[in-house]
Amino acid sequence: MANRSTCAYCGVGCGIEIHTNADGTPRVEGDFEHPANFGKLCSKGSTLAHTLTDEGRLLHPMINGLRASWDQAVSYVANGLNRIIQEHGPDAVAFYVSGQLLTEDYYVANKLMKGFIGSANIDTNSRLCMSSAVAAYKRAFGEDSVPANYQDLEIADLIVLTGSNTAWCHPILFQRIKAAKLQRPDMKVVVIDPRRTATCEIADLHLPIKPGMDVALFNGLLGYLHANDKIDPDYIAAHCEGFDGALASARAEGDLSRIAARCDLSETDVATFYQWFAAIDRTLTCFSQGINQSSQGTDKGNAIINCHLATGRIGKPGASPFSLTGQPNAMGGREVGGLANQLAAHMDFDEEDVAKVSGFWRSPNIARKPGLKAVDLFDAVAAGKVKAVWVMGTNPAVSLPNAGKVVEALQKAELVIVSDCIETTDTSTYAQVLLPAAGWGEKDGTVTNSERRISRQRGAIAPAGEARQDWRILTDVAAAMGYGEHFPYKTAADVFREHAQLTTLNRNSHRKLDLGALDQITEAEYNGMAPVQWPTLPNIDSQRLYGDGNFSTPSGKACFIAVRCQGVSNPVSTEWPLALNTGRIRDQWHTMTRTALAPPLNAHKPEPFVEVHPDTATEFGLENNKLAHLQSPWGQAIMKVNVTDSMRRGELFVPMHWNDQWARGARIGELVNPSVDPVSGQPESKHTPCKAAAWQPQWTAIMLSRENLPLPKCDYAAKIRGQKFYRYELAGTGSTEDLMALAHKLACTEAKPSIEYRDSKNQNIRCAWLDQQGLVTCLYVGPGSSGIIANADRNWLASLFDKPALEPVERKALLSGKSPAGVEDCGRTICACFGVGEKTILKAIKQHNLTDAADVGKRLKAGTNCGSCVSEIKNLLQQAG
Amino acid sequence: MNTEGSKPKLVFVGNGMAGTRTLEELLTLTSEKYDISVIGEEHIGNYNRIMLSPVLAGEKTIENIILNDDDWYRLNNITFYKGEQAVAINRVKRLVTTSSGKHIPYDRLVLATGSTPFRIPVPGCDLENVLTFRDIKDVNRMLELSRHKQHTAVIGGGLLGLEAANGLRKQGMDVTVVHAYDSILNRQLDKTASRLLQHSLEEKGIRFLMNAATESIAGNDRNEVTRLDFKDGRHLDVDMVVMATGVTPNIQLAKSCGLQTDRGILVNDVMQTFDPAIYAVGECVQHRGQLFGLVAPGYDQARVCANHLAEMGIARYIQKALATQLKITGIHAFSAGQFDNVADSEEITFFDGQLGHYKKLVLVGNHLVGAVLYGDTQDGGWFFELIQQQTDISPIRDQLIFGKDFCQWPEQASNHLPEAA
Ligand SMILES: Cc1cc2nc3c(=O)[nH]c(=O)nc-3n(C[C@H](O)[C@H](O)[C@H](O)COP(=O)(O)OP(=O)(O)OC[C@H]3O[C@@H](n4cnc5c(N)ncnc54)[C@H](O)[C@@H]3O)c2cc1C
Ligand code: SF4
Ligand code: SF4
Repeated sequence: MANRSTCAYCGVGCGIEIHTNADGTPRVEGDFEHPANFGKLCSKGSTLAHTLTDEGRLLHPMINGLRASWDQAVSYVANGLNRIIQEHGPDAVAFYVSGQLLTEDYYVANKLMKGFIGSANIDTNSRLCMSSAVAAYKRAFGEDSVPANYQDLEIADLIVLTGSNTAWCHPILFQRIKAAKLQRPDMKVVVIDPRRTATCEIADLHLPIKPGMDVALFNGLLGYLHANDKIDPDYIAAHCEGFDGALASARAEGDLSRIAARCDLSETDVATFYQWFAAIDRTLTCFSQGINQSSQGTDKGNAIINCHLATGRIGKPGASPFSLTGQPNAMGGREVGGLANQLAAHMDFDEEDVAKVSGFWRSPNIARKPGLKAVDLFDAVAAGKVKAVWVMGTNPAVSLPNAGKVVEALQKAELVIVSDCIETTDTSTYAQVLLPAAGWGEKDGTVTNSERRISRQRGAIAPAGEARQDWRILTDVAAAMGYGEHFPYKTAADVFREHAQLTTLNRNSHRKLDLGALDQITEAEYNGMAPVQWPTLPNIDSQRLYGDGNFSTPSGKACFIAVRCQGVSNPVSTEWPLALNTGRIRDQWHTMTRTALAPPLNAHKPEPFVEVHPDTATEFGLENNKLAHLQSPWGQAIMKVNVTDSMRRGELFVPMHWNDQWARGARIGELVNPSVDPVSGQPESKHTPCKAAAWQPQWTAIMLSRENLPLPKCDYAAKIRGQKFYRYELAGTGSTEDLMALAHKLACTEAKPSIEYRDSKNQNIRCAWLDQQGLVTCLYVGPGSSGIIANADRNWLASLFDKPALEPVERKALLSGKSPAGVEDCGRTICACFGVGEKTILKAIKQHNLTDAADVGKRLKAGTNCGSCVSEIKNLLQQAG
Repeated sequence: MNTEGSKPKLVFVGNGMAGTRTLEELLTLTSEKYDISVIGEEHIGNYNRIMLSPVLAGEKTIENIILNDDDWYRLNNITFYKGEQAVAINRVKRLVTTSSGKHIPYDRLVLATGSTPFRIPVPGCDLENVLTFRDIKDVNRMLELSRHKQHTAVIGGGLLGLEAANGLRKQGMDVTVVHAYDSILNRQLDKTASRLLQHSLEEKGIRFLMNAATESIAGNDRNEVTRLDFKDGRHLDVDMVVMATGVTPNIQLAKSCGLQTDRGILVNDVMQTFDPAIYAVGECVQHRGQLFGLVAPGYDQARVCANHLAEMGIARYIQKALATQLKITGIHAFSAGQFDNVADSEEITFFDGQLGHYKKLVLVGNHLVGAVLYGDTQDGGWFFELIQQQTDISPIRDQLIFGKDFCQWPEQASNHLPEAA
């Protein structure tokens, strides 16, 4: 029977069904009844079943590298935390959690930290993806509440996608927009993005804006709307505050032509965008990381919201400012309050809220002030102020900006605890305690997607090894720390019920978050729970929020925020002339801990790369498919160059995903400037000044292996998982004198290769190791960027791992790196001088009706040397005749 | 016998591989020009000498390897003096005298006398059952002895010696190859290939005594061979010995009639000796200082010689790189060109230890100058062509050793790009 759950990845939150194949393996299909996707799944969602493997899983607790029992691990963690709290106070400990956690996990973590440890040092990687949107919503609406829903994507007449490569990052939403546009060709789509992304496929207008200029563009829009009488004065008067201030600062940005020039856009394009926005009521502005990951992300969000407030387009069908969240449960985390600057359930740190929550939790020492946000948190670890950090389900050593510093911090901390489902991540390397967490597919709980829809995630398979649900791990640690009576949860439903109850404290406030109808939910109801949008009160239409103009502020009015464009925090300069942009690619998720396990997902973009405009490439001497060295004041990286005119000149784009588990030299987080938005604390990952140059390796190599070999420590490496093999693209510096020794090192074997190829001039070495089961490893290495390494037919080599044994011709071809396709099996050699085989001769005899050996000789040369094979040729003539 | 007398008379001495090929080539050019006679010492028509090895191994019969039988001579109006030896040449009278006392007049004479196996001159080298391996007589003798003798030594680990050893082993004998150097086929293979070959032969049950210089051969009172003694004190008990230690060109006949000779009969580029009426081809000649031991150059010479006999006069003989291969069923070894200690050379090697496949290509600049193949010799012919034609291989260097099928020349490449590209 199928198990209904939700996709592990993006904020679309698609519903899925996990089926079991006849052979017991799991299969994932879209859930036709789920309102997010109605049965459809994107490439990542459809390959979820591939990630349900035990490969690389952390299977039991470990303390200081040694296997431990759960009891030992839990008390080690509890004692460690208690000791540090006693010695240094509650603010010396911190949790760094993840939008990948379920709401229940988040709730328990938040309660333990804020209610019982007594610090608000709990922050989440959601900080990196939508905290600016949260802050913008809060400033405008008084609460972090998304007014729109996915249906709006289908009924809007104008969709503005800004800072969102929807096609790759929210694929199912993109499909919904695309389908709607097909049905209603009049519907317009505007894409605002420095890059001409895949999303532009459906764009009627693409504005390749200069990075950091969004506030100017939207301020310009506000000025335009006002100047052209397209604002809604009645709505503004009835439902908003602060319009005049906002308008004044908007108008100070300049007129349309000035705005266009500052944004490096054509005036006509900007005018078209403004005209459309002004004319079309049903306008939905979707924004995502391109807006949020900025030193002015909150202001950007408010600049957008200002335009919607000015036109009264909030919470109306097809009309809203719509933040598309990145992670499957970023929203759930926000609802619980798992961010350092919130208390719980959308409540803050004012006295009234603190009193309500501490009363509800019966907590003796509730945190009374906000804690440290992600970047500050790790700075505090590095500074020795925070001595213990518990990282749950995230990989800050890769994903945080200035990741090198995070590593330093982790090395310095007294106690690092990591709960994760994967054994070796860049972060877990620095942990004293590793706690095996249940992975997606094993977890039970709820998630909330971008449209406020709560869906159940239902475990389909038993947790691997001794892995446990995160909420359970937290509950056990809470008990071991002495708070057992406050953490009595036996099931996920117990946790959810308490969370729902806590939200009902908002009931008589201006806030909208209220899971009222779910606060007494039974185990059975919880298990059968259908996807539902909050607020979940009876009699309330929760499809959209604020359509009535009644906002979550104490006054009930929305706030215009006066903002001015400040550009980027670290502009490009002569020394650092290029602007580095980072983002997602279609088929990888975050730091690849799961997606890299799904072979089909590694085929789209197998290696880390940097995209660059052809002119910029020429200017900086970068060549397509060759390696480039990128450097910023904060770090450096090496990756493959991808020359494309979808880029603006002078800018680079690098995917955020690659890390030390799957690559070397490609951790782009190391380069990213640590500037953050002053309001939200979200880092400016979309813009870092840097420089780039061609990088000449002293050697390059390609290796394919059946074994999951450790990634070599060289300057550049990318590891790509295939169906039955791993592929390694490698390049390095250092002596190439003894290539054979290097080959042994890369292939991690002392054994003599079964097959080897050497070229004394090119010093190019190729080796293969085989055993009874076929090909184990093949490796091609040469100095510089040798031709054979670039030209080896990777697809064909990969296909050899599907075979139990190599055909003779494949074995012969193996080290050529070229498929023998088209190379005919010529059969047993008859004429050895000219290498003519039996099958070739028979074929020629038939084809040309040859009748004697001399004819055969004329055609094929066979038998024309010493003639000793002539008698065999005669036999073949007889045989054929 | 042709009595017309109007046609010039062409006489061949020797009906081995080079001589008969000259004749065949000539017949394809012109069959009317000459009155042709062939004097052949062996008591059989023309046969494929190199196939004596498979005959010895029992894989072929004498009948299988006959190239031209008596009928062929008759049909082509050739007078065939079978089993007669030419013993003297009178260049003034232009007469060849045979062992049976016939005087055969010639206008043009072709010497194709081949060579004689070299017997190392040690005491006992002419004892009973010390044989050589050159002709049908030798093969028959070996086959006969193999039926009642058991222990044989083959002196010489060259092509011929190894083929003899293999044949005798297949006849059920207990065979030891005695070789004076530390690797077999040391002139045809490099050390690696040689080691692989030795290993394969050992697997077939052949034993090897390396670095063994024969000092003397001992016999019993019936003058039959009984043991070999080596300079380092080792010895080997045997009841049969095959000497395969090289050949000496048959030049006595030429020498005795005053033709210029050195180690072989001296010829110019059109295969003429110092007497313009007398040509020589095959293993008996010395061309530009070089002797020959394989059929391929003999056949090239035959083509040139025939061309001149037909009075077309355009061909010249140019020495080409040579390829050798070992004819032992199940064993593939090939070499061509220069491959040992070549100045300024580079090497590409391929080694599949599990399959026992080994290839070495030797390059000077952008040209292939030598190849050694063991195990997989399929591309030997192609490498040989590249060596002979001095092809610039730089565009295909990375794929070269994998053979013709894997090498796409740039201009071809654009025509058939693989689908994946
Ligand atoms: C067992 C064996 C295996 C071989 N394998 C190979 C191989 O694999 N590849 C290769 O290229 N080569 C091989 N060779 C060498 C090859 O056979 C010779 O190079 C080739 O036969 C030389 O041809 P030829 O005509 O010069 O001499 P031959 O073929 O020896 O012909 C000379 C003939 O002249 C006759 N003769 C000599 N003197 C007189 C005279 N005075 N009067 C009348 N007749 C006379 C001889 O009896 C003989 O029949 C092999 C040789 C042997 C013995
Ligand atoms: S769109 Fe997002 S939630 Fe839906 S299947 Fe793809 S990754 Fe999963
Ligand atoms: S028999 Fe001759 S033509 Fe055939 S393989 Fe041998 S040497 Fe070549």
